[in-house]
Amino acid sequence: MAQESAIHLSGVTKRYPGVVANKDVEFDVGVGEVHAVVGENGAGKSTLMKIIYGMVRPDEGIIRIRGKEVHFRSPKDAIDAGIGMVHQHFMLADNFTVLENIILGSEPMNGVQIDFQTASDRIKELGEKYGLRLDPGTRVETLSVGERQRVEIIKVLYRGAQILILDEPTAVLVPQEVDDLFDSIRELKAEGETVIFISHKLDEVLTIADSITVMRAGETVGTTTPDQIDAGQLAEMMIGSELPTPETRTSTVQDEVVLEVVELSLQSEDDRDLLSDISFTIHKGEIVGIAGVEGNGQAPLVDSLVGLEATATGEVHLAGEDVTNDEAKDRRAAGIGLIPEDRQRQGLLLPSPLWENAALGHQNGPPYAKGPWIDKKGARAQTEEIIRRFAVKAPGPDVPATALSGGNQQKLVVGREVMANPKVLIAAQPTRGIDIGAQAAVWEELKAARQAGMGVLLISADLDELIGLSDTIHVLFEGELVAELDPAEVTPEILGSHMTGAKTEAES
Amino acid sequence: MRGGKFLTSVVAPVIALAISFLIASVVLRLVDIDPLTAYQEMWTFGTTTESLISMVNRAVPLFVSALAVGIGFKMGLFNIGVEGAYLLAALVAAYIGALYSIPAVLHVLSILLIAMVVGAAWNGIAGWLKVKRGVHEVISTIMLNFIAFSLSAYLFLNYFQEDTGGLIVATALIPETGWLPSFNPVLGWFGIEPRVGSELHGFLLIAIVLGVLYHYLVNRSRFGYDLRASGINAPAARASGVNPKRMIMTTMLISGGIAGLVGMSTLLGFSHRYVQDFPTGLGFTGIAVALLGRNNPVGMAFGALLFGFLDRSSLILDLKDVPREIVTIFQGVVVLAVVIVYEVISRLVQRQTVAAAAKATVEETEAVAS
Repeated sequence: MAQESAIHLSGVTKRYPGVVANKDVEFDVGVGEVHAVVGENGAGKSTLMKIIYGMVRPDEGIIRIRGKEVHFRSPKDAIDAGIGMVHQHFMLADNFTVLENIILGSEPMNGVQIDFQTASDRIKELGEKYGLRLDPGTRVETLSVGERQRVEIIKVLYRGAQILILDEPTAVLVPQEVDDLFDSIRELKAEGETVIFISHKLDEVLTIADSITVMRAGETVGTTTPDQIDAGQLAEMMIGSELPTPETRTSTVQDEVVLEVVELSLQSEDDRDLLSDISFTIHKGEIVGIAGVEGNGQAPLVDSLVGLEATATGEVHLAGEDVTNDEAKDRRAAGIGLIPEDRQRQGLLLPSPLWENAALGHQNGPPYAKGPWIDKKGARAQTEEIIRRFAVKAPGPDVPATALSGGNQQKLVVGREVMANPKVLIAAQPTRGIDIGAQAAVWEELKAARQAGMGVLLISADLDELIGLSDTIHVLFEGELVAELDPAEVTPEILGSHMTGAKTEAES
Repeated sequence: MRGGKFLTSVVAPVIALAISFLIASVVLRLVDIDPLTAYQEMWTFGTTTESLISMVNRAVPLFVSALAVGIGFKMGLFNIGVEGAYLLAALVAAYIGALYSIPAVLHVLSILLIAMVVGAAWNGIAGWLKVKRGVHEVISTIMLNFIAFSLSAYLFLNYFQEDTGGLIVATALIPETGWLPSFNPVLGWFGIEPRVGSELHGFLLIAIVLGVLYHYLVNRSRFGYDLRASGINAPAARASGVNPKRMIMTTMLISGGIAGLVGMSTLLGFSHRYVQDFPTGLGFTGIAVALLGRNNPVGMAFGALLFGFLDRSSLILDLKDVPREIVTIFQGVVVLAVVIVYEVISRLVQRQTVAAAAKATVEETEAVAS
């Protein structure tokens, strides 16, 4: 690959509290190639892309775009340099048309009026050129996920990008849409665009990429090409030898039932079924996994169990007690712990000190409160204990939660929930977006909690994590539990086919 | 982060004040007035014993109003309805309080209670609308203000007005058992003898008690924790078991209850009846004071005193041919300046805290790794 380089990074380092997100990164992308960046969650892929896109400024290192050294201060600088990014979470205004979304922020003007005609022609032209066909007049809210992604890509091209960064573009797509996306990528390449493709799905990477850079624990491990390597070798590169596994060995499941859910159903405000007839049990010392493509009812399920959704029909029994009519506060006091899916949105008070964060969800009793008062002394002591026991990298209980890295924030959340010793712990995406070290620590804690007789409901998008940790796996598809599987026998492939509804329970 | 606390709570307001003085000076210069002379006049007049007493008297209702606004702010509720609540509360309390006479302490307490109930009920309507119908409290409280103005004028002129025989339009005089004593005797202990007619209102003591209660409620109690958590991150508070509807309702009732007390300093300490020119605008100014004091009781006390001082000392400006509006400009600028400076400084502090935490922990990691 001795051609001209589009992007060249050398010695790029970025530190965050408690973690070095990128360390001496060497990265080189040739003009007109599709270059994949692979690595596990927390390997530093996102940080690297944020650096290239000007969202994050590196502490050290040199970035060259087409041979010229650059110092981006904001994404605007990166866009001016011809770099475009398609985020994993789309940033589109639903009630705007495709056209309006694409020109938003860079509207072509015709005097004081927006020149919609020029914009529309331009979009059609781009669509023809790259095989990204879209009607500019359609409202975004009526589009499918794959089409929305196309809008994002055209938006970036419209701004003149020659280097496109696609951040986990396939994570939200169904297989058919993935094929369409790959066709588009090939078109882009044929037209001379450079594409950086971030993923952790190896088969996809091997299909589409010209070259592959592997990241592990913040470092670039090496660059290779699909014809030099197979999926197994690539996985080894990604994982290294010292990878912690989520596997649990011996069963600790006891007879006593700690959580029994009977025919739980929930409708949304517009009468769609969010959950239908969900029934399952969790025993002491058991980890029950819930597999499913995101958006198939995971969030409503958690909300119903914790008591945030009061309209649920059906029954919830906690250690024999009927808590169906209890509100969230009482359910938590009765012994339901929660590691929320999105820790920053639902689990933390970012500007507040750690001790106040440790109290969150447990603020009504010891050691965090005495009578009607908050017990600051008790709360700080408990927080210090969490920091120590769960190896949270933090200077002390008085720093704000925002000063911690994602992994350490998560360890604090896991720590406060485990220390409260609930009967049932609901762990939603407990290792999402955290570094490998923290991931292993969280796995260890869940295993220890299971060992100690806690019942755990594990909801995860990480199939290896689900298979490795769970004693039983249920598959959630369109609000229903469609299959119950034995993790000892199931493979990610089988699990995957259940999750997409391809396999029904009758067949399995 | 002790240094950070000092920076945000002391340095930020000082910078903001300096900026405000600077801008006010520029404005004065533009109308050909020497700012230093104007400030000097204000200072000389504003620091006489009588002026200082007047400053405190003016500050007390503003402080109470700021407490009412501040408790809402703490959970992200914007109660613009303090204005309507306190006027209605003062009218009703004045009318009912004049109907009976019971021993002094009880009489005063009962009037305060009536005012709180009326204030709470009035702002409670906005809380109820938000909880039941999702009406944003800014809209409903603004609308309810207008209703309160009209309702109180209607009640006052048609039912509560007393024939005083004179020119003033007012409710009946509250019997003396329902008066709050002046604080002047206490000043006398310190050898301060204000001129006749200059009285420090006794409500000062109640305001101080309210400030202390506010601090304990917001910063020390479980309720306060839920309140602050709801303000910082509502979804997280909800997931932690806080019932958001109950929280909104309770906070609106407390805020309204405090709002009901805003007019009591005037009513019980000075006018002893609701008069047609009963002071208005305290509820709105209270919002500015709450912003100025960053919802912190001590900060709001300083903010209220500053506004009280500016209001009082501006009286001299007319006599010296200086437009008094300069004080209004100053008050506006200082609120903006505080908000901006505070934001800038707290970001700096936060960045430093994060950097310090990063350093402390990365060193540790690298030590472990090597």
